[in-house]
Amino acid sequence: MALAATALHIHLYEGPDAVPLSADERFATLTALLERGYTVARTSSTSPSEGRSVTFARSGQGARDITGLTPTQVADLAETARTELDAATHGGWKPWFPVIDYDRCTNCMQCLSFCLFGVYGVDGDSRIQVQNQDNCKTNCPACSRVCPEAAIMFPKYKSGPINGDLVSDADLSREKMKVDISALLGGDVYEMLRLRSQKAQSRFGKERDSDKALAERQKCLVKLAQAGDIPVEVLMSLPSPDEIARRAEEAKAKAAAALAANGKSSA
Amino acid sequence: MPEPKLLYCHCQYAQVVPRETKEAVLRSLCEAGVDFEAVADLCEMAARKDPALARLSACGALKIAACFPRAVKGLFHQAGSDLAIESTEVLNMRTESAEQVAERALAPDLQPNVPAGKETIQIPTPA
Ligand code: SF4
Ligand code: SF4
Repeated sequence: MALAATALHIHLYEGPDAVPLSADERFATLTALLERGYTVARTSSTSPSEGRSVTFARSGQGARDITGLTPTQVADLAETARTELDAATHGGWKPWFPVIDYDRCTNCMQCLSFCLFGVYGVDGDSRIQVQNQDNCKTNCPACSRVCPEAAIMFPKYKSGPINGDLVSDADLSREKMKVDISALLGGDVYEMLRLRSQKAQSRFGKERDSDKALAERQKCLVKLAQAGDIPVEVLMSLPSPDEIARRAEEAKAKAAAALAANGKSSA
Repeated sequence: MPEPKLLYCHCQYAQVVPRETKEAVLRSLCEAGVDFEAVADLCEMAARKDPALARLSACGALKIAACFPRAVKGLFHQAGSDLAIESTEVLNMRTESAEQVAERALAPDLQPNVPAGKETIQIPTPA
């Protein structure tokens, strides 16, 4: 996955043996680099370097010379360095994923059993963890709404407390809605779909039942979308009912195993 | 406490930090001629567990211009680089003005404000 690659770090050196940029040039150069996704250290001394890095300067010793280059040309030079060093590309993925507030989290595993996309897992101590950030559905904050402790943040969400703003007692008392949503996607629907597909004996019966199941799921999802501002694209990209049921079982089993390891019950 | 290091987040892949605020903060840092680190998107860096986060979190005094302190604390934790509560100040470009953020970023002192534990605020119910 793209996230495994190390990002390029750029040092914009303006120390004693380099010609400094004017404030306007510095601002324009930094903006051009940041807009292409790079990390830049403006530095007047020898810089710390970790991972893949490159130093740009106006005539600095050992640096790539940016004398006379426009901000766009500096950004192009960064792109050349990125390719040479085989560093990460940027911009192909919106960094949207859950961030757990461990000061609030009680390790109840509701998020793990709710998420159908394998974003959550547990660490070696059976502690809940966000493991596959890039599996998360962009702009979907659904799991934050099943957390009874308001412990799941999406820093790029529009409003609090999901965006990381303070949690109020009123946020916590919205628990009823959370439980309803959890039942809608986390339990009843899956269970209902599973029972119906088991009950389907004849070809005609199967067709009728799966039609009903799909209609039911549709109804639940619309309700969920209204209650929890889940983007329509996310609802449309949900897997088939059977696949949902399979993944839900899998997530539930993972959560139950983690709870058992912690001495809690998943009931 | 050493002189605080400065970290600026450009929040490149979302529109949650007002463009005018982040541009004005970046401009102030550039005009001040100070050393600082600018990252395109701290969320992306945290997802990549970028090694720079470990160095920054251990630097002894750190000011971060980004968004909510609770979110920034969580991002560093998720990257495996816990912030030092007593020596980190997070400046919130979503809620504060560019002038307020730049003033705090460039001030010589550090006012730690990362939540140390669970906090729930009470909102009085209307009578
Ligand atoms: S649902 Fe909330 S409290 Fe429960 S494990 Fe997930 S983050 Fe923690
Ligand atoms: S840390 Fe906050 S300001 Fe920075 S990229 Fe993430 S959401 Fe945006």
